[in-house]
Amino acid sequence: MHGTRILDEADRLMTVCNSCRYCEGLCAVFPAMEMRRAFSDGDLNYLANLCHSCGACYVDCQFSPPHEFDVNVPKTLAVARAESYAAYAWPQALSGAFARNGLVISIIAALSMAAFILGFAALNDRSVLFGVHTGPGAFYKLMPHNAMAVLFSAAFLYAILALVMSMRAFWRDIGAPIGNRADSGSIFQAIRDAGELRYLHGGGVGCYNEDDKPTDRRKLYHHLTFYGFILCFAATSVATLYHYLLAREAPYPWWDLPVVLGTLGGIGLIIGPIGLFTAKMRRDPALLDESRYGMDVGFIAMLFLTGVTGMLLLILRETAAMGPLLALHLGAVFALFITMPYGKFVHGIYRFAALVRYAQERRSEGGT
Amino acid sequence: MSSKYDVLVIGGGNAALCAAISARRGGASVLVLEGAPKFYRGGNTRHTRNMRCAHDAATEILTGPYTEEEFWEDLLRVTGGETDEVLARHMIRESKDILNWIVEQGVRWQPSLGGTLSLGRTNSFFLGGGRAMLNALYLTAERLGVAVEYDAEVADLAIEDGMFLAARLERPVRGETEIRATSLVAAAGGFEANIEWLKQYWGEAADNFLIRGTPYNRGSILKMLLDKGVQEVGDPTQCHAVAIDARAPKFDGGIITRHDSVVFGIVVNKHAQRFYDEGEDIWPKRYAIWGRLVAAQPDQIAYIIFDSTVVTSFMPTLFPPIAGQTVAELAGKLELDPAALEKTITEFNAAVRPGTFDHTILDDCRTEGITPPKTHWARRIETPPYLAYPVRPGITFTYLGTRVNKEARMLMKGGKPSANMFAAGEIMAGNVLGKGYAAGMGMTIGSVFGRIAGREAAKHARN
Repeated sequence: MHGTRILDEADRLMTVCNSCRYCEGLCAVFPAMEMRRAFSDGDLNYLANLCHSCGACYVDCQFSPPHEFDVNVPKTLAVARAESYAAYAWPQALSGAFARNGLVISIIAALSMAAFILGFAALNDRSVLFGVHTGPGAFYKLMPHNAMAVLFSAAFLYAILALVMSMRAFWRDIGAPIGNRADSGSIFQAIRDAGELRYLHGGGVGCYNEDDKPTDRRKLYHHLTFYGFILCFAATSVATLYHYLLAREAPYPWWDLPVVLGTLGGIGLIIGPIGLFTAKMRRDPALLDESRYGMDVGFIAMLFLTGVTGMLLLILRETAAMGPLLALHLGAVFALFITMPYGKFVHGIYRFAALVRYAQERRSEGGT
Repeated sequence: MSSKYDVLVIGGGNAALCAAISARRGGASVLVLEGAPKFYRGGNTRHTRNMRCAHDAATEILTGPYTEEEFWEDLLRVTGGETDEVLARHMIRESKDILNWIVEQGVRWQPSLGGTLSLGRTNSFFLGGGRAMLNALYLTAERLGVAVEYDAEVADLAIEDGMFLAARLERPVRGETEIRATSLVAAAGGFEANIEWLKQYWGEAADNFLIRGTPYNRGSILKMLLDKGVQEVGDPTQCHAVAIDARAPKFDGGIITRHDSVVFGIVVNKHAQRFYDEGEDIWPKRYAIWGRLVAAQPDQIAYIIFDSTVVTSFMPTLFPPIAGQTVAELAGKLELDPAALEKTITEFNAAVRPGTFDHTILDDCRTEGITPPKTHWARRIETPPYLAYPVRPGITFTYLGTRVNKEARMLMKGGKPSANMFAAGEIMAGNVLGKGYAAGMGMTIGSVFGRIAGREAAKHARN
C-alpha cells in the first residue's frame, strides 16, 4: 500500500498495464513501467511526471471505462502528478499553496500588481506617473534601475532556490534503481525530448482532445507558450547585459534585439496560453484532473497576463499610459516569479527530471 | 419502412471495417451495423495486437523475411492439414500487400520491442494494440462516408435462394426497421460468448468457461446464415481455449488474464493431482493446449503451482499469485487437500533428475518414474513461499463458419456460390484454420478476406 489513495490506484493501473503492454510504443511511460515489476511511491511519481497527458493510451485501451478494469492512465497520472508537486515542494510549509492553487495565484498576482501600482503612485509625482517619458532611461524615471534589479533578482533567485530544492527531493525519490548521478548524454537527450515535446504526440498522430480524432494543436500552443517564455526571458537577459556591459538603457528601439525577442516572445505568450486554455476547456473531462483546473488556468493566466501587459507596454510606451502599464507588467512578472515554485510551472521541472531519468534507464538497459 | 444501400456490412471488427472501407473505395454506399455499443465495438479485434503477413525482406518493423512458403508451412503445421490449400495460399499471397494497404487505411505499426512475444520476424504489431487499430479503421471509414451504427442488432436476415434481400433489426436504426442492400458482407464473428450454444457440445462444463472477448460475440448472424442454406465449414464442437486466471471476469478479460507460467511449475486439478506433462513443448504450443486440458478436469479448474525461485521468469501478472509459507498453507488457501498436495509435490520433487535448465529450448531437466512425467524444465518445488495461480478455460474463438470461395463469396449447401453474400473474418476463419492457431492469423484472415469481400460486394452492387 502507498501513502495516498491516488498512488494506490496508480499502482493498480501499472499492474494491469504491465500484464498487457500494448501501449509500449506510444510514449516513455510504458517502457519505463516495463523495467519494473513492483512500484514504489517514487516510481509512481516518476511515471506520473513522465506522462505528457496526450490521451492516446486511454483511447487505445480495451480496458478503459466503462470496462470493469476501469483503466484511465492519463487521469490517474494527472492527479498523481499534481499531488507530487505538493509532496516535493520546498519549503514543505508552503506545499499547501497547491491545494487551492488558482485562488492562491490570483491573490498573489492581484497583490503584486496592486503593490507596484501603489508603490509607483506613492513614490512618484502624479505628473511623473502619468507623464510621457521617452528616450533611454524612460522606465527608470518611475522606478530606479537598481531597485528594479535588486527586487527582481531576489524574487528570481528565490524561485530558483525553491525549484532546485524541490527538484532535488523529486530526483532523490525517483533514484532507484540506478542512482542519483545524471550523465551529460542523458541530460542532452532529455533537453531534446522536452524541447520538441517528443511524447506529446499520441504515438505519432497527435493528442486526443475533445473526441477520438487526434490533432497536434496542444503541442503547437505549448511550443508557442514555452518558446515565447524563453524568448521573453532572453529579451530581459540581453537587456540586462546591454545595461551593465554596454551602458545602454531601456527602452530600446523596436528593431533592437531585446525588443525583437520580447515582441516575438510576447506574441507567443498571448496566442499560446489562449490556445492552451481553449484546448483545456474543450478537452474530454474523462482525461483531465478537473480538480486542478484552478492550478492549470492560474498558470496559463499568469503567462497570458505577462505577455499582454508586456505587449501593451511596448505599444503604449510613449504615451501617458506607460507608467501604470509598467507597474502592471512588473507586478505580473514579479508574481510569476515568486509563484513559479508553487504552481503549474513546476510541471516542466519535474517532467524534465523524469525525462533525464528515463534517458538514463534506456542507456543502462541498452548497455551503452 | 426500409432503406437501401449498395453494401450492408454486419459486424464491427477488423474484417467488417476492412470490407466497409474496401467497398466504399470501390464506389459503393456502405452501412455498417455493429451489434455492440460503441465502446465494445469490434469484437475480438479489440483484444488483438498483431497480424501475420508474408514478406520477402526485412522492413522497418520486421526483422527478417517471412516467405509465402514458410507461412504456408506454419499454417499446415498448426492446422494439421485441416485447411483449404487454394484458399489458404490465396490468403497468404494477398497478405503481402495487406502490410501496406492497412497502413493506407490509417493503421500504424510499431517495431516489435521484444520482451512480450518473440514474433519480431513474422508478425507486425499495431501501435497501441487492437483497439488503436480499430479506431484508425473507424476514422478512415467515417471520413470516406461509410455509415456506422452501434447497438444495431440484426434480428433476422431475408434470404431467398442464396440471395440476400434485407436485414430486419431488433430496434430501429435511422428510423428504419429493415435495411435492404444489394450485397451483404457478414463479418460478425463466432459464437464463443454464447454459453448456451457452447453447452450443445461441452455440456454443463461450459458454465465454467470464461470468455476472453466481449459478451456480444454470440454468433447470431452465423446461425441465421447456416439455417438459411449457407454451407458450413469447421468443426462445430471445437473452440480455441487457453488457460487463464480463474479470477478473471466472465467476459472480456482479454490478453491480460493469460498465464504462461505452466512450464515453470506443475499443474494440479482440484484433487491436487497432476494430469498432463507440463514440459511437453515450448511456446506457443503449450500455451494453446492448456485450455482444453483444464476443461477436461473436474469443475474445469486447475492450479499452476511453483515456488519463489521462478517468480521473475515470466511476465508480471494481473492477479498476484496465491502464496503459502508451506505447501499445506498454500493448499488451504486453494481449498485443496493439504496431504494430497504435499504428496504430489514430494513425489514430483523426488522424480526430478539433474539437468541444465534453459526455458528457451527443450532442455534436459526431466522427471523419472512418475506419471504423467514432466519431460523438460522439471525443477524441484522447494523454496518458500509456495505460489499458485488458479486457472480455468478461457475461450478465445470458435471454428464453425460459413464456407467461402476465393472471392470471399459464401457457398450454399450443394456448392452453388451465393449471388450477393460475402463473408470475412472469424465467421469464415474455419476455411483456412480448421483447427489450431498461430499468433496473428485471425487478423490476417480478417483483413485479407475483409478487403476482398468489400471489393467483390461493391463490384456486385455496381453491376
